[in-house]
Amino acid sequence: MKANLETLPRALQAVVALGLFALAVFPLFGTDFYAQMVARMMILAIFAMSLDLLLGVTGLVSLGHAAFFGLAGYALAFLTPAGEAVSLWWTLPLAAAAAGLAALIIGFFVVRTHGIYFIMVTMAFAQMVFFLFFDNKVLGGSDGIYVNFKPSAGLFDLDNKLVFYYFTLAMLLLVYAFLRRVLFSPFGRVLAGIRINEHRMRAIGYSTFGYKLAAFSLAGALAGLAGYLWAAQSGFVNPELMGFQMSAHAMMMVILGGMGNFAGAIIGAFAFEYLLEWFKDLPAIGAVHLGKHWQLWMGLFIVLVVVFAPRGLLGLAERRPRKATSDD
Amino acid sequence: MTELLRAVGLTKRFGGLAAVSEVSIDLWQGRIHAVIGPNGAGKSTLTNLLSGDLAPTSGAIMLAGHDVTGWSPERISRAGLGRSYQKTNIFHPFTVWENVRLAAQSRRPHPARWLQLASSFVDTNERAGEALELAGLTQRRDAIAGTISHGEQRQLEIAMTLATGPRVLLLDEPLAGMGHAEAERMVELLLKIKPGHAMMLVEHDMDAVFTLADQLTVMVNGQVIASGTPAAIREDANVQSAYLGEEA
Repeated sequence: MKANLETLPRALQAVVALGLFALAVFPLFGTDFYAQMVARMMILAIFAMSLDLLLGVTGLVSLGHAAFFGLAGYALAFLTPAGEAVSLWWTLPLAAAAAGLAALIIGFFVVRTHGIYFIMVTMAFAQMVFFLFFDNKVLGGSDGIYVNFKPSAGLFDLDNKLVFYYFTLAMLLLVYAFLRRVLFSPFGRVLAGIRINEHRMRAIGYSTFGYKLAAFSLAGALAGLAGYLWAAQSGFVNPELMGFQMSAHAMMMVILGGMGNFAGAIIGAFAFEYLLEWFKDLPAIGAVHLGKHWQLWMGLFIVLVVVFAPRGLLGLAERRPRKATSDD
Repeated sequence: MTELLRAVGLTKRFGGLAAVSEVSIDLWQGRIHAVIGPNGAGKSTLTNLLSGDLAPTSGAIMLAGHDVTGWSPERISRAGLGRSYQKTNIFHPFTVWENVRLAAQSRRPHPARWLQLASSFVDTNERAGEALELAGLTQRRDAIAGTISHGEQRQLEIAMTLATGPRVLLLDEPLAGMGHAEAERMVELLLKIKPGHAMMLVEHDMDAVFTLADQLTVMVNGQVIASGTPAAIREDANVQSAYLGEEA
């Protein structure tokens, strides 16, 4: 089993810092349309980071992570009355907590399974949640629910696209800093140990079930934070948010960027979304509309990345210093 | 002398096969109890039963006065039993230090903390440092565990076990695959840690076994055919025909 790229080499730290700086100044140059698009990418980056805690750090391959993303979005939709805005300050924590609680309950059942069974069971639970909302008119049914008003924050106005952008950026930074901290905490080290050798972790006295359940719940709550922001931004939730595609996209983002260090998840989310737009815009050649088949190109691209850069886009950058150290 | 572990009438059946059948064994502080026998005799299965990796079909295990039969491996580990593995079982991508630190951390109340640096806990670091020093790996602390030599990995295996501060140690072929010099160092290490622990040693290296063991149990086909002092075992006709004779 190969090590994750947990400690980012200097060059990569510089890339990450530069990228974050670019995000900070981007709205000064881009139009509102692009600011909105980048804000959406940042929301997905938070979602991808939350999955990375399971996938990259703990080694839990969850294919149902979107359930928690969608649940928190729905929480905002239900909490927002038809005629007025609702306060951000209690609905955001509540929505994230609800997603975390759902993850705790589902996690209680799924975390005791391993490998392929874990993948199947997380997917099955997410599908259950999906159909619960899809088939129930009370829960909005297949059409979903409108969120008529963005949450009100008092101090600042989230209806302003620029303000929303910077609020999302602040959340992205906060979650990134938090997860990096967790990664090197005693708890994070236990999670990494579980990924590498759970059997040995138990033999040295760790009750791995509890740790995995805590990671699953925390990841669910953070996915909920992203889902809440998504619902606030788009003003609309539907069952697709918890669908299989959403879970699979998040997984592709993490794999694309590089697992286990959260920076990769951010880069993967941006790269994935950018490529998605790019593939969709491909021209028609004769009767074949290339853009329509974007999923095919995306699939091919992911396969290429997995074959030629198994540690993701971040892993590519890491190649050189690694060789240098193995020579001495 | 204190008796720290006693297993009585342990049996493990896999379908129709009794891998371990009616085995009783006792481990005392400051003594090494070696278990020998040909391949497939059930030595590793016995180790797995005592460590909680396998649940016995019947029989009972007492650890420091508590009935631990059927306990999970992590619970037995926390009750003071540490084990090493026949096949090296470490965290390959981590540094040597992180392997031992993680083991030491398991005995502290802080593993569930989220926001402090794992490396900042002085008590865990001290404990890990002592185990590393004892196993003679201090020089290698920053090496990646997957890249150190086989013998060093075996030492690391012991260091991790020691870092959890066990009173009972189960060592499953600690000398397996070692060169002569490495094996000698390992024997020295085991002698050094012997006074503070009750040890069960599963080993094929007869020189090491007769150097280290205070008591010997011989297993064949899942059953104990003889148990006693090394001198008595040497004389035992059953053992000679079943096992020692073949080796010589």
